[in-house]
Order: sequence, then structure tokens, then C-alpha cells
Amino acid sequence: MMKILRNGRPLDISLILVATGFLGTIALIQLLRAQVNSSAQQTQRSPTQASAQPNAANAEVHILHVQGNVYMLVGAGGNITVQAGNDGVLLVDTGLAPASEKVVAAIRQISDKPIRYIINTHVHADHIGGNAAIAKLGSTIAGGNVVGTIGESATQGAAVIAFQNILDRMSAANTPDTATEGAWPTDTYTGFEKKMFFNGEGIEIIHAPSAHTDGDSVVFFHRSDVISTGDIFVTETYPVIDLKRGGSIQGILDTLNRLIAMSIPAEKQEGGTMFIPGHGRLCDQADVVFYQEMVTIIRDRIQDMINKGMTFEQVKAAKPTRDYDPRYGRTTGFWTTDMFVEAVYKNLSEKPAGKSASEER
Amino acid sequence: MKMRKINLEKTLGLLVLICVLAALTNRPAYAQIDPSGEWAPRFHEDQPERIPGPELGDYLGLPVNDAARLRADSWDATLLELPENQCRPHPSDYAWRGPAQLRIWKEIDRESQKLVAYHTHISWQAPEQTIWMDGRPQPPDYTPHTWQGFSTGKWEGDILAVTTTHLKEGWIRRNGVPRSDKATISTHIMRHGNYLTVAVIIYDPVYLSEPFIRTTDYFLDPQQEIAPYPCEPVIEVERPAGVVPNHLPGTNPFLLEFPANYGIPPEAARGGPETMYPEYRGKLATMKTLPKPAKRVPYN
Repeated sequence: MMKILRNGRPLDISLILVATGFLGTIALIQLLRAQVNSSAQQTQRSPTQASAQPNAANAEVHILHVQGNVYMLVGAGGNITVQAGNDGVLLVDTGLAPASEKVVAAIRQISDKPIRYIINTHVHADHIGGNAAIAKLGSTIAGGNVVGTIGESATQGAAVIAFQNILDRMSAANTPDTATEGAWPTDTYTGFEKKMFFNGEGIEIIHAPSAHTDGDSVVFFHRSDVISTGDIFVTETYPVIDLKRGGSIQGILDTLNRLIAMSIPAEKQEGGTMFIPGHGRLCDQADVVFYQEMVTIIRDRIQDMINKGMTFEQVKAAKPTRDYDPRYGRTTGFWTTDMFVEAVYKNLSEKPAGKSASEER
Repeated sequence: MKMRKINLEKTLGLLVLICVLAALTNRPAYAQIDPSGEWAPRFHEDQPERIPGPELGDYLGLPVNDAARLRADSWDATLLELPENQCRPHPSDYAWRGPAQLRIWKEIDRESQKLVAYHTHISWQAPEQTIWMDGRPQPPDYTPHTWQGFSTGKWEGDILAVTTTHLKEGWIRRNGVPRSDKATISTHIMRHGNYLTVAVIIYDPVYLSEPFIRTTDYFLDPQQEIAPYPCEPVIEVERPAGVVPNHLPGTNPFLLEFPANYGIPPEAARGGPETMYPEYRGKLATMKTLPKPAKRVPYN
């Protein structure tokens, strides 16, 4: 209003007020509509689609400090965790292969220390694609008998840690997961977990049996209070259940429940333990809880339909995910809603029909 | 010449008057009407929904879509009993609705004396919202979403217009009607002397077919003191790990209590954009209601 007056147009003040209010309201509505449209478009962008983009080399890699020693890199395919300190750099996952140069450039903005360790959460290319290019730039801390026996080459390249199944898949001949030797894990584990201490904090690598795949790990940085989840938890799609690689809906739920149990939120159920998802935004426990509730409710519904003897076509027609579809559903791309429902149906049908959570109550 | 002189004098006089008026009304652009203060809530609007709480299955007047209806139909209040849900504060778009005292204060940059932000504190669960007034940009989409979200404010005349994004999932009505984390909130804070009106418009591409607006009123209460609100989750009922209380589709036994008790057509209770508008009353009169129970069915 004041600008109009200063411009020497002494219009009737009530007219000015009405006009300003009207135009302001229109402008506000337009602005908000634009924001909502933008938001809706973001909803349509699948992380799996994004991860499969051929021009990953041109993608921008963003750095977000999470807390403590831990950073999150976004834009290179799957999210990458960087833990940095005096001992060097540790990565959880390495993104798509074509993005490796940008990932390294981002790491160098955080630390100039050597890359010592890479931990792979699972075998998919958008999470391990940069293994070969990035590992060879690093160095392993080794000495004594190891160097004495193997020679100086024992220190060349970062150690790549993963659950044993990942090495088995990557080193098998002629499979979709076959990779060059330089990308393979160098340090595998079996059983429940592997623990290490690096950059002043305990790091727990926990195996999640038969979840997203059969070789999943989640990584807990104790002092920084950050958990990297791999693709067991993502924020923009239904969970991808890779049945061909041993994934299961119950494994995903068991791990989500475990993640909730492992974490402690700060005041008002916010902050505290932070989660770096496989894809999507940085989260806290409440976000994992919303996701776990969604997956559990859909599991309960499909289990109930299976218990009633419904076929997959009948289950699909009943649309058991329809209340979550506007948020997590996809009709095109790498992981559609139908594919998710089919995976859950197949998975739950493989064993004798169990009780749904609602029946257990 | 005389006529021209008179006209010139009149024009000059008018210009002087305009300049004086402009000077008198020339207030800084960053604080048209300061909403700072201690504010006590008024409950004359939507009292049954806000104080005893909404009834299950009441979506009337909400512009919800089918997805929101099924979310709400599946909702079981026992969810609130789970330890991880006990200390959730209301999100910033709903917090005004609670039985909650409000404090608003401003943050001023010491050197420039310019307004940096307004802060709000609400008594129930003590959520605090920051409304940035310094023109800072929105954070990227990969940063955390919070209960209070990221808010920026600007003056539209005497109205403080606030835009909020980066919210966690929330609720539109406390009977399971959801608001998604993709929503954008437009809040208008209006002060009229000792009264404060807060209008909240929710734009949710996930669960709403149209924007939803509602207002909440407060009265200035300089003697108000807000108590702390600590919250510590406890296990109230032992349950197997991972159980999420919910009603399977078509099995919620409580959904018809609201239309039966109030003589409202069940179809109307399902809500939707049409039910927001006054014209809907005409349609209501033509719709069938359920037989009214001899005794009011208890709902909680």
C-alpha cells in the first residue's frame, strides 16, 4: 500500500486496500499452487528411476552434515554416508559408477584424509557402483605379518566390507550382479553383525536377514547417533522387495522394527538418532515409525486376503494400498504399486497363512 | 489566471495532505502489527471437535479424498498408546487447535535492529515454531521434515502471512484423518487489538481434493504463565513387537455411530469437498439418515 502512495497516486485508500488484498490473495494462491504443483511433481519422481538415470555423471552431488562425524551425500544414485575424522574416511555405499568422480569431489570437500573403509549395504548397482573407482583411491591400514606376507600392496585401496552374500553374487560368473574384481568386497562377515571402532566411535554393522535382499546390512554410528539403512527404508516409494535376491516383506518389517528399537528420539519425538535412508530425505525415528506403520498395515491387509483364499488378481482388484498410493505409489518405472503388491502377495503366500496383527490382538 | 491560482493552491494543499498522511502511516515494513504476546485460546469455534475431541468416522466438512477416508477408517486410537507415539506434539498446522496457551515473541538482530524471526510456543507438548522473516530460502528437499516444518513470513498489509513446508506427516482431525508430509501450509496471523485470529489453509496434494481452511481465535492475556510440558514414553500395554493397531478395510465397527447419534446421513459423514459449502445443506435434506438409537451410542 505504501509503495502506491509514494508513487504519487493518491487513490482512495479503501480501494487500495481492497485491490491490494485481492491481488495479494491471488498472488498467494498462485504461489502456493506453484509450490503444491512442485511438491506433487517431486512425489512423482521415483528414487529408483532417479538411480537408473543414464546421466548420473552429470548429476549434482549434495553434501548434508547430519551430526557428529557423519555426512550424507545425495544425488549419486543411492544415498551415501560419509564418516570422517582423524583416522580417515569411511563410506557407506558408493552410488552409481558414473557419479564416482563427483562423489570423490564431494568427499574431498569434507576431508582430505585417506578413504579407509567402504561398507556396502546391499548388492544393487546404485549403491555399489562406485566401489571400484573409489576404493582404489583409498588405502587400508595394514602392517606386521600382513604386509610382510602380501607386501606393500596390502595397503593399497580401501577395505570394502559387506555381508558374505554380496561377494558371492558379485563374484559369480554371468549374473546380473557380476562385477569386476576391483569392485568386490575385500572383507566380508557372516552371522549377526560386525563391529569396529573408527574415528573415535563404535560402528555396528548389523545384518538384516532376507529384507530388501538376502545380503543387507544397516550401519549404526554410535557416538554420532546415526544409522544408515540402505534400501530397507526409503522415503519416496513402497519398499522394494527383491524376491529374486532373497528379499521378503517380513524381513523388511523385522528390520524396521529393529531400527525403531535401536533409536532414541530427542525431545518431542524428534531428532535424536538420525536415519540416512537408501533414497530420499534425512529422517528421524518418527519418520521410520510412519513408514513401518504403513508397511505393517498393508502386510496385515494382504495377509488377511490370503487367509480368505483370495487370488492375486482379486487382491490387486481390492487395492489394498489405495490409501497410501497417492504418497508412495507408482504406475510406471522400476517399482510400481502392482509390483509391490505382487511381491508381498507372493512372499506371504509362500508360507502357511499366518495371523495378521489385527487377529493377534 | 485567478482560477488557475486557486486550482494550484488546492492541488498543492492536497499534495501536502497526502504527504502528511503518508508520513503518519509510514511504519516499518517488517512489523505492521506485532503479534507478540501471551495469548489465551478461545474455544467457541469447533468446541466439540477441539475439547472432548472429534468422533470416529466424522469427516463431514473436510475436503478429503478416498485415500484419506480409508486411512481414517483404518485408524485405531490404540496407536496413540504405542511408546513411539506418546510424546508427539501437534504439527504446526494443527497445534493452534489444541487446548493450548500460546506465546509469540520476536527475535531481533542486535546490530541492525531488524526483525529476524517470530517464534511461537504452545503449551500442550510445548512445540515451538520459528517463522523466518529475513528472507532466507527454503532448505533443500533432502533435509529433515519436522513437526513444526520450515516457515517463512511476510507482511500482507497488517497480516503476517506464513508459508510452511518440510512438515512430517500430521493430522487434520484427531480421528485419523491424515495430512501428508507433502503438504504446504499457508497461515495468516491477524491481530485486532487484544484479539488474535489465526487462519490456516492446508494444501495437501496427497489427501485433500481442495484446500482446507479454518480459523482459531485467541485473547491477549498478559498474566498468562505457561507451565513446562515434559513427556516421557512408557509401555502402557505389553504387545508383541511390531504390532500396529489398525482396522482392516470394512471392519471398523465405530464408523456409523456418529451419523446415527446426530441424525446425519452416513454419506455426508464421509466428507469431501462438497460438504464444505453451504449449498450442501440443501442436498442433506434429501438424503436418508439412519434410525436414531434409543440411547446415544457411546463412542469412547
